[in-house]
Amino acid sequence: MLDTMLANATNAAYLAAAILFVLALAGLSTHETSKMGNAFGITGMALALGAAITHAFTGAAQAEGAMTNLIVSAALLVVAMLIGGAIGLWRALKVEMTGMPELVALLHSFVGAAAVLVGYGSWIESLPAQALGHVDALHLVEVFLGVLIGAVTLTGSLVAYGKLNGRLPSKPLTLPARNLMNAAALVIALVLGVVFAAVPSLWVQIPCLLAITVIALALGIHLVAAIGGADMPVVVSMLNSYSGWAAAAAGFMLGIDVLIVTGALVGASGAILSYIMCRAMNRSFVSVILGGFGNDGSSAAAEVDGEIHETSAADLAADLLQARSVVIAPGYGMAVAQAQYPVADLTQRLRDRGVEVRFGIHPVAGRLPGHMNVLLAEAKVPYDIVLEMDEINDDFAKTDVVLVIGANDTVNPAASDPGSPIAGMPVLRVWEAKQVVVFKRGMSAGYAGVQNPLFFEDNTQMLFGDAKASVQAILSALDAAAPAAPAAAGAR
Amino acid sequence: MQIAIGREAAPEERRVAATPATVTKLRALGHEVLVEAGAGERASQPDAAYAEAGARISPDPAEIWGSDIVLAVDKPTPEQVAMMRAGAVLVTFLQPAQYPQLVEALRAQGVTALAMDMVPRISRAQSLDALSSMANISGYRAVIEAASRFGRFFTGQVTAAGKVPPANVFVIGTGVAGLAAIGAANGLGAQVRATDVRPETAEQVRSMGAEFIAPRDVQQEVSSDGYAKETSADAAAAFAELYAAQTAQADIVITTAAIPGRPSPRLITAEMVAAMKPGSVIVDLAALGGGNCELTRPGETFTTDNAVTIVGWTDMPSRLPGQSSQLYGTNLVNLLTLMTPAKDGELVIDLDDVIIRTMCVAHDGTTMYPPPPVQVAAAPAPAAQEAPAAAAAEPAAPKQPKPWWITYLAVVIPLLAFIVMSLTTPGSFLVHAWVFALAVIVGYYVVWRVNHALHTPLMSVTNAVSGIIVVGAILQITSENPLVKALAFCAVLIGTINIVGGFAVTQRMLTMFRRG
Repeated sequence: MLDTMLANATNAAYLAAAILFVLALAGLSTHETSKMGNAFGITGMALALGAAITHAFTGAAQAEGAMTNLIVSAALLVVAMLIGGAIGLWRALKVEMTGMPELVALLHSFVGAAAVLVGYGSWIESLPAQALGHVDALHLVEVFLGVLIGAVTLTGSLVAYGKLNGRLPSKPLTLPARNLMNAAALVIALVLGVVFAAVPSLWVQIPCLLAITVIALALGIHLVAAIGGADMPVVVSMLNSYSGWAAAAAGFMLGIDVLIVTGALVGASGAILSYIMCRAMNRSFVSVILGGFGNDGSSAAAEVDGEIHETSAADLAADLLQARSVVIAPGYGMAVAQAQYPVADLTQRLRDRGVEVRFGIHPVAGRLPGHMNVLLAEAKVPYDIVLEMDEINDDFAKTDVVLVIGANDTVNPAASDPGSPIAGMPVLRVWEAKQVVVFKRGMSAGYAGVQNPLFFEDNTQMLFGDAKASVQAILSALDAAAPAAPAAAGAR
Repeated sequence: MQIAIGREAAPEERRVAATPATVTKLRALGHEVLVEAGAGERASQPDAAYAEAGARISPDPAEIWGSDIVLAVDKPTPEQVAMMRAGAVLVTFLQPAQYPQLVEALRAQGVTALAMDMVPRISRAQSLDALSSMANISGYRAVIEAASRFGRFFTGQVTAAGKVPPANVFVIGTGVAGLAAIGAANGLGAQVRATDVRPETAEQVRSMGAEFIAPRDVQQEVSSDGYAKETSADAAAAFAELYAAQTAQADIVITTAAIPGRPSPRLITAEMVAAMKPGSVIVDLAALGGGNCELTRPGETFTTDNAVTIVGWTDMPSRLPGQSSQLYGTNLVNLLTLMTPAKDGELVIDLDDVIIRTMCVAHDGTTMYPPPPVQVAAAPAPAAQEAPAAAAAEPAAPKQPKPWWITYLAVVIPLLAFIVMSLTTPGSFLVHAWVFALAVIVGYYVVWRVNHALHTPLMSVTNAVSGIIVVGAILQITSENPLVKALAFCAVLIGTINIVGGFAVTQRMLTMFRRG
């Protein structure tokens, strides 16, 4: 009687958790509801974990002489969760917002690793039954898939992590016949999978499982190593998706619906994010995944030659004081230079003087979907002046000054040139503004290896140097000009 | 080289081709600057200020006009041309179309003459577009002239002594001058309406705070060279009707329809003026070309019998001499910056540069006017590319839309395959598959609605949620098998990092987002 009630409650809790996870994602549709969404997610997770613990321990309690096992298990569980929770909390509270992409990539790898471990565990647990002749081929396929996806996610995410924090070169690794190698890996995986599920012998299954683990680990490394640094938003979203599918595969192998639902939600989410990122670069998902972009030197576009107009922080400060509306288009360079705080400061000062300041964010700016938004939020820029590309693109014509900080390809007018490698990529049409100022270290081309004709436009000025130092120089130039304004106001 | 700035010969000309500020900039280009005594007097710029900026003051017109480069505002007199050296450069307003004999005199003198009124309307030349600078000033001044002759407020007020309606200002022609007039009138609080034969200016008019009015059923032409053209007969009739209706209502009418080098079109007839309210003011900025209004007397301001004042000044920019000298001087500095690429005081006359070529009316004993046409539009959509695409980019073959049946088959075949497969799978798998399929669909719709700005929190929250994998590990941790237990322990540990870390970092990010 009690058992049935507990079992029912457990299932109901799983269902409730699944619904809460859906609501958690739904909550993220607006800023106002986002915190509620996160609370839903936390509650859902608490319910799911509580249900799982009840489920596991009531099940184990029925076995004979279970007491010792239960105590040991409970102790292990508590220890594991305490350690894991502490590490997680420590990382989460310590991470810089510029380091978010790395953290997200690292967390993906954990899901992958967990999926591999759960897969192995599930397989080992099935061995006694297999020995008795109860071979569940479908379960074996699920185990196999779980390990495969989990392992690819694990190493792929680790490589992405390395590329994002600079420990690995962000240049794409282009091995000869790399696509062939990937295809071969998949074919071998297919064969191994069939053998693994069809032959219920330990001596066949062990090598198969080990082999697929190694191959999948290698595949994960190679897949992501072949992709360049600026394609990381796509890769990280893709790995996000994989981690979801890995969880779903675990759900199938263990027969737990809440895992399937959650895995599917996460998988769909990552896939959509990847799609959005690809669309924002006008590239197909396949071309991103096959990698090697930006390194083939096939920049067909005409060489741009023209004159560069340089400006100084002091001149720019004067221009900004004259401007009525200013739009800032940040890119990954702002994150690299850690310039978001001075930029936020500049925004605040200009707004205090009645200048309308807004931000235009390209979907692939940064190394993570929405990365710029988080950086600016961290620096206390109000989110209602941070606009998406589509929201701001028509306003550039009415803008006095556009500051391009650490962005290049996302503001490249060459995108409208059919011969250009970035042809058709939707870009921020900053050149329509009266004046464009580009903050840049030097004249190197952007990630896509395409020269940017924007730099040679007549209404474009370049401000060379480190973005953070440049913005700080503008701030001090504004300070120098500051006493004038209140004095004039007082005289009136 | 030596740049000379003369005192303008015409007594009514108050402008000067350089201010002390622009003298400093000219000197920064490596040039020597010579200013005629009293040159800036009428623009409130004393000789001492020029001297302080580093110019040499010379009382001798012959020395001025004998310099390497002469900057001026108005056309030179024949005597001044005669004082110029062969090979010298003259930069000023020249109106070459109206004054061919002046062009001929300059050619004969061997002078390189650059007409500031011939600056092509391309974006690169905007910083030297003196006509725009002057038009801007004219537009502003037109409103000031009108306000000083209009007997009432511009802005509407409700006072203890009764309500005052705002003035109605009607602007014809919305080029630079028209837009400046709209801005100034709007700033004074008037209700402003404007019209133009170029419908593409409507947006600019609205952005300046005025209402754009156009006759209903006229096919208006989009301008290809940035200037309005003379309109076809039908359109003219429709516009005449509109002018009649609007002028009758308006308190202030400002007309700016000037076509460079041609007589101004007659837009406002004597009958229209007769139908206007007493006390109204017409400011005709096209007076120089004869005026847009039939009654305009160029250079004069008078009041008609029905008490309508018509302002026909032809020297609006000169009536704001400080401002116009400053802007014109800066236009000249920009031109000389372009022509002094090395900033070493060496002037380069690059006739391959479309700006210089277009401005040049005489060079090295040859008449250079008229220049080859420059086609660049002010507003219409596909901006003509200046540089021909040398790489001859082969037009990418337009992508064939995928036939619908490919997508159809991509959905139906896997589904059929799934049904076939299901023959050999246990029932529980199908239940899980149901759950999976529905969850993917729900996820698809939910995630599409997520705000772009929240994509990073979305990733971190999905990260946390995918830590749900520990549920699987928890179920395994109670296993009797020590190996399974160990694996499960590790899985719980790293999964929990995910859950706690993911939720915590999400919470941290979400609290950062704040409204302004």
